Amino acid sequence: MSRILTRRRVLAGMTVGAAGLVSGCDQLGESPTVRRLLFKGEDAQRWLQRGLTARNALAPEYRPDQRSPIFRSNGTARPDTPAYATHAASGFADWRLTIDGLVARPLSLSLAQIRSMPARTQITRHDCVEGWSAIGKWSGPRLSRLLDLAGLRDQARYLVFHCADRLGGRPYYESIDLVDAFHPQTILAWAMNDALLPVPNGAPLRLRVERQLGYKHAKYVERIEAVASLDGIAGGKGGLWEDMADYDWYAGI
Amino acid sequence: MPAPSIVRRVSHQPPRAVYRHRPLTRLWHWVNAVTIFVMIGSGLMILNAHPQLYWGEYGANFDHAWIRFDRFPGWITIPSTYNLALARRWHLFFALVLAFGLLIFLIGSLLNRHLLRDLAIRRGELSRRHLWADFRAHLAFRFHDPEAPRDYNSFQKLSYIAILFVALPLVILTGLTLSPGMNAASPWLLDLFGGRASARSIHFLAAAAITLFTVVHMVLVILAGPVNEVRSMITGWWRVPEDEQP
Repeated sequence: MSRILTRRRVLAGMTVGAAGLVSGCDQLGESPTVRRLLFKGEDAQRWLQRGLTARNALAPEYRPDQRSPIFRSNGTARPDTPAYATHAASGFADWRLTIDGLVARPLSLSLAQIRSMPARTQITRHDCVEGWSAIGKWSGPRLSRLLDLAGLRDQARYLVFHCADRLGGRPYYESIDLVDAFHPQTILAWAMNDALLPVPNGAPLRLRVERQLGYKHAKYVERIEAVASLDGIAGGKGGLWEDMADYDWYAGI
Repeated sequence: MPAPSIVRRVSHQPPRAVYRHRPLTRLWHWVNAVTIFVMIGSGLMILNAHPQLYWGEYGANFDHAWIRFDRFPGWITIPSTYNLALARRWHLFFALVLAFGLLIFLIGSLLNRHLLRDLAIRRGELSRRHLWADFRAHLAFRFHDPEAPRDYNSFQKLSYIAILFVALPLVILTGLTLSPGMNAASPWLLDLFGGRASARSIHFLAAAAITLFTVVHMVLVILAGPVNEVRSMITGWWRVPEDEQP
């Protein structure tokens, strides 16, 4: 047998081998035991990051001239409910943000009230789980300020953000723990790049949680619920993408 | 300067089998074989979610991409059908195996003297004459010095050094730079690589270099005698090929 033929066979064999191994990984990825083990990676990454890094470390902030020329939107571009259309038509004049759940003083705030609060302005990078990044400028009150107004109860462990948009017929929601909720850069943004927040980017209010990936930055926020556990909420995994597609709840990596 | 070492001589008789790979090397090799395969497959699936690469701090659809791919085909991605979430689960689990595995291997190999004994470049090994002799020996499919069959040849040393001390650390550090949590904790990583979009590009290039190394490595194993080579990486003992015995 000539050497060329052997070599060709070797390369063909390696290709077939790779394909065989990939399909093996597909089957492993379906096994509940393997999935449980793989999904432990998220816990390990969170444990390492939270354990080895400063809890209040600030995400990098950028200069105005470092911003993306066009800040693309993602996910829902315009919530398709009649209620949202009515709000958008009136410039969100009647939009209210509810803060309830495990709080001492449940709140219902108008946009005017929220916009009159001291705002933090930050130019930060938005990293989508898909791999793209965009830099934009965000303004809004710190979430910790709103939580202090409502008075978190001791049992509260997570904050759930209920949104006006739907994905696959299910309402969008996300959640964060108290480490990120009280982080200085975690804000409820009502302005982006010195203008009122546009509809595709989450008008009138979106969460900015700068040390996590884009899907955690809930848009069209209408209710913030303080809870002790995520178990009873929707699919129980802490977010719509987490429920639907098994995205990591901890999206700091 | 020592003479080029790959010459045929009829002097002393080398042993038929030599102990070549220590337990740590063998263990790490096979853990890494699985890990590298999973990292390449799941990495390409993650890249499929946005198959464009940029330079700088940011990069998205309206920005200038230096390269745009079609989607990588299912026979090389993990999983084989589009699933970003599961690909990330594979990738971020095995990322820990890769990073801590390398750390343990490097510390262990310093302690058991593998690095200094087998990988350190010796005087004259980078001379043009020596490299040329090594190159001609490769073309003739002679991969071992008959006088010292246990030793790595110059190209082997150089490629192992490049993988251990450049490509793997680079792929791990650029991977860390993609984490928004790590960006807050260690902003110097962003400065080092020139921004997140650049780190993502370098991550891809380092992974491509590791892929190239892996393919060349497997081809050379096959050419050098796959049974003997694979057995030596399992048992540690490598048989000196007949035609390389003087």
